[in-house]
Amino acid sequence: MTRQERAGWLFAAPVLAIIALVFVLPTALALCLSVTDYSIYALADWSNLRFVGLGNFTDLLSTPLFWRALANTLIFAALGVPMAIGTSLFVALLLNDATVRWKPLWRVLLFAPYVTSIVATAVVWRFLFNQRFGLINRALGAIGVAPVDWLGNPHLSIPAILIFVTWKVFGYNMIVFTAALAAVPQDLMEAARLDGASRWARFRHVTLPAIGPTLLLATVMSVAGFLQIFAEPYVMTMGGPAQSTTTLLYFMFDEGFKWWNLGQASAVAFVLFVMTLAVTVVQTRLGRRREWL
Amino acid sequence: MAVTRRMAVTRLRPFLATAAVALLTALTVLPLAYMVIVSFMPRGESTTLPTPLWPSRWSIENYYELLVRRQFDGAWFDYRIFPALLNSLLVAAISTLLGLVLTVPAGYAFAKLRFRGRARLLQMLVAALVVPGQVAMLPLFLIFKELRLVNSYAGVILPSLAGIFAVLFVRQATLAIPDEMIDAARIDGASELRIFAQIVLPLLTPVVVTLAVFMFLGSWNDFLWPLIVLVDQHLYTLPVAVAAISREHAADGELMMAAAVVTTMPVLLLFLALQRYYLTGLLGGSVKG
Repeated sequence: MTRQERAGWLFAAPVLAIIALVFVLPTALALCLSVTDYSIYALADWSNLRFVGLGNFTDLLSTPLFWRALANTLIFAALGVPMAIGTSLFVALLLNDATVRWKPLWRVLLFAPYVTSIVATAVVWRFLFNQRFGLINRALGAIGVAPVDWLGNPHLSIPAILIFVTWKVFGYNMIVFTAALAAVPQDLMEAARLDGASRWARFRHVTLPAIGPTLLLATVMSVAGFLQIFAEPYVMTMGGPAQSTTTLLYFMFDEGFKWWNLGQASAVAFVLFVMTLAVTVVQTRLGRRREWL
Repeated sequence: MAVTRRMAVTRLRPFLATAAVALLTALTVLPLAYMVIVSFMPRGESTTLPTPLWPSRWSIENYYELLVRRQFDGAWFDYRIFPALLNSLLVAAISTLLGLVLTVPAGYAFAKLRFRGRARLLQMLVAALVVPGQVAMLPLFLIFKELRLVNSYAGVILPSLAGIFAVLFVRQATLAIPDEMIDAARIDGASELRIFAQIVLPLLTPVVVTLAVFMFLGSWNDFLWPLIVLVDQHLYTLPVAVAAISREHAADGELMMAAAVVTTMPVLLLFLALQRYYLTGLLGGSVKG
């Protein structure tokens, strides 16, 4: 072993060992756990553990709350991704305008919600959404809208939480898009302008092709993010009302750490994993096939 | 006529664009500002109609009750926010420090040191990024239970040290350092440890600061795993403690806003102080994906 090789292993081994212990090993065990009936009885005594094959998965299929959680998660992603990405892009385009002054100031302030604790800001937004005393309903009242029961109405609970999530996360992709927009070829833009292309035409045929790959990557990555929503409904609605905000991860948490059905919960984790994997496959496929949107 | 109107628009444009951005920024900051304002309202004021926008008088009673006062009507009571603040500080500081010690040398090794299995390991690290961390949580809880790490600081900190992203991040930055510098030092007879500490590390300082901010914020804001692994209220970190009291004290608007301020302000200030590092680091990570 050369000196360099020894040093290489010495530097890399500690973190690799920890990754193996807290990530690789448990992920492999999750697979094993999902084919057992691990429950509170097994927690007390390992001898109560039985192999159940795909039993947990077939059980899931006949659990209405699982389907509800799956549907809710998909709704969160289907509505949330366009909301969040659209907001990020809109703000980035606005910020990209050459005539805007004090850009660094706006950028930092617009990004600020991203670094805050989800739990703390969820508490704040739950208060803003309060039907009687909330600031949002007061603002709506000023323009003549009757008080809305944001978090108490099963049809509005997901949109309400998504407004909060969008506020919280749009800054991240705003920064990413700002950087991509700065790389849009200016001579091309100028040529289009001289040719008399409208604002929209310039956006559609110059800006969009240039930022297409970034936009696509950001979209796919936010799908993966929205599939993992947990803390927001945990703090704001406890999964309700009428289970309208119970997400897959929320369901997994309840199954696993409230009812101690760790076998069943692992099956849910596995479903989540497969969904994330599917998203990633789509990402690499799209990335390879198309240069831009 | 049309010409003068166009001229007016051209002259107004910088103002309009800036005003639009300023308005959006104000709207974005408003919830945080309102959180601070309500946290200084006298108890019960925020739940009067019409919803007050400004405190009738500035009061620190909510902070006093949350952080200092322990006795109510002769009975001892504690929101455990102050201990949670200390727990969060301790956990985030240790996570950051150990995280850096573990991942920075590893990132350097993956970039510049030739060792057997390096390419294969690197591929595996990149592939591992696909797996959502939540998948590992259930078995990890059982492993930690066997290792007696459940309900301990170590149990919260250990998983945060598996910084796959951090290793790749440092590697990416280290690739920019020219090999000649390192080789020259080797020819001069410097030990590998010395090369790392005296040549590479100083060059990586901005990257290390960026990573430190990422790690501190990540640990401070982490919720799901601490919620799972911490049972004892005395060990709760801030997000777990705030989530717990928010379920019992949902009606106490001012008190909850004060708790939210205590939870968000430290990292918000840290971010504002080091925003340059944070935002450039964010792009460094995203460009590479």
